[in-house]
Amino acid sequence: MASSRLFWASRAASYLKISVFHRGFSTVLKDLKYADTHEWVKIDGASAIVGITDHAQDHLGDVVYVELPEVGAAVTQGSSFGAVESVKATSDIISPISGKVVGVNEELNNSPGLVNSSPYEDGWIIKVEVSDANEAKTLMGADDYSKFCEEEDAKH
Amino acid sequence: MTIPQSQKIGRPLMKLIRLRGWPILQQLHIEEQLLRTSSENWCIINDGTREPTIVMGVSGKPAELLEIKPVLHDQVPVIKRFTGGGTVIVDGGTIFVTFICNKDAVPDVQPYPRPIMSWSSLIYNEVFQETGNFHLRENDYVFGNRKFGGNAQSITRGRWIHHTSFLWDYEIRNMAYLKLPSRAPEYRSARGHLEFVCRMKDYISRSDFIGRTIRVLGTHFSVEPEELEAIQTVSSTNFSPSSRLLTTQEIESALCEAESRKSLACSASS
Repeated sequence: MASSRLFWASRAASYLKISVFHRGFSTVLKDLKYADTHEWVKIDGASAIVGITDHAQDHLGDVVYVELPEVGAAVTQGSSFGAVESVKATSDIISPISGKVVGVNEELNNSPGLVNSSPYEDGWIIKVEVSDANEAKTLMGADDYSKFCEEEDAKH
Repeated sequence: MTIPQSQKIGRPLMKLIRLRGWPILQQLHIEEQLLRTSSENWCIINDGTREPTIVMGVSGKPAELLEIKPVLHDQVPVIKRFTGGGTVIVDGGTIFVTFICNKDAVPDVQPYPRPIMSWSSLIYNEVFQETGNFHLRENDYVFGNRKFGGNAQSITRGRWIHHTSFLWDYEIRNMAYLKLPSRAPEYRSARGHLEFVCRMKDYISRSDFIGRTIRVLGTHFSVEPEELEAIQTVSSTNFSPSSRLLTTQEIESALCEAESRKSLACSASS
C-alpha cells in the first residue's frame, strides 16, 4: 500500500514539476527556501509567503491555535512574528525574511489544523512584502534543509 | 542545601528563585521576562499564591471555559497567560514550579513540547520515587489516574519554559468556577473536576516536595539561589509581558457570548 501510494505521489509530483523528498515523516519542497528554525518561504519577486515546515508541524503535534500578526506589521529575519499552540505549548514562529505583512491566513482562526494537514499549501501563515531580497541567500535550499533535519533528529 | 563542589563539575548552572505567596500574575511576568531577556537557566518555586485566581492558556476563551456568572458575582480575577494549555484555578494551596532552560543546557531534549514534557517527567519521577503511583499521563502529572499537576510551556528560539501548577490542596467550591473543557485528555473519561483531580497533600508534605525537587534538580544542574530583587533591579525596560488580567468588560462580553450560544442551541433543537 505504502509503495503504490509513493509511486502515484511521485507521478503526481513529476507532472506538477515539484520534487518531493521524503525523509522519514518529513516532506520538503524543492522550490522553497528554509530557515534553521523550520519555517519555509516562497519568494516571488518582492512578495513572499511564509509557513512552517512539515518537519516542524510533525514535531509540534496537533496545532490548536495560531497567533497571527496584524496586517501592516513589520517582520524581521530571525525574529518572532507570531506563535502556534500545540500540546500545551506556544511555539514562536520566526520570520525567515524581513519586510511588511501584507496578508495573514484568516482560515487558521477557524482551522488551525491546516498547519498540520497542509503545511506548504492551505496552512500558509503570512504574506510579506520583502524589504531585502538578498536575505534569501542566507536560507537553506531543499537538500540542505533535509540534511539539517536528519542531523537534528539523529542527535536525539 | 549546598552541593559538594566535585558534584557540580560539568553540570550547567541553574539559578533558583524561591517565593512564597507571590501573586500569580507577577510570577508570570517574571517568568516571561526571564524567558525572553535572560540567557541563563532558571528554576522558580512559588509556594502558594495570595488570592484564588483563574489562569487560562494563551488561546483560552472565557465563554467556553468558565462559569461566567459566579466568576463575575464573586469577582474572581481571570488571567490569560503567555503559555499554552488549559485553565486552572490557583490559590494558597497551589505550588508552582517553573523551569526555564537554554536548549543547549539540556542537549538531549529537542525543543518541542513532547520531548520537554518527557524530560520534566523524568525529573518528577525522581522526586516522587517512593510516593504514590506517579506518572506523566498524556500531558498531566497523576497519581494513579487522578491529576495533581497541570503543565504548560512556551518555546522560543533557543530557550523554553515548562511550568507546572501542583494541587497540593484545593477548595472544592473553587472548582465550580470552571466548566468541563471541550478539549480534555482521553484518560479524563468525562469525569467531573472532583473525580478527576487529587490533592498532593495526601501523599507528601509541602516542605518535602519542595526539598526533594531542589535536591533532584541539583543532580542535573549546578543550582545557585538567586534573590528576586536582583532580577527586578535589572529588569528590561523594553520588555512588555503578554500575560494579563482580563477586564470586567471582557468577562461580561463573554457572558453575552455564552448566552447567545445557548439560545442558538435552544432554537436549533426546538
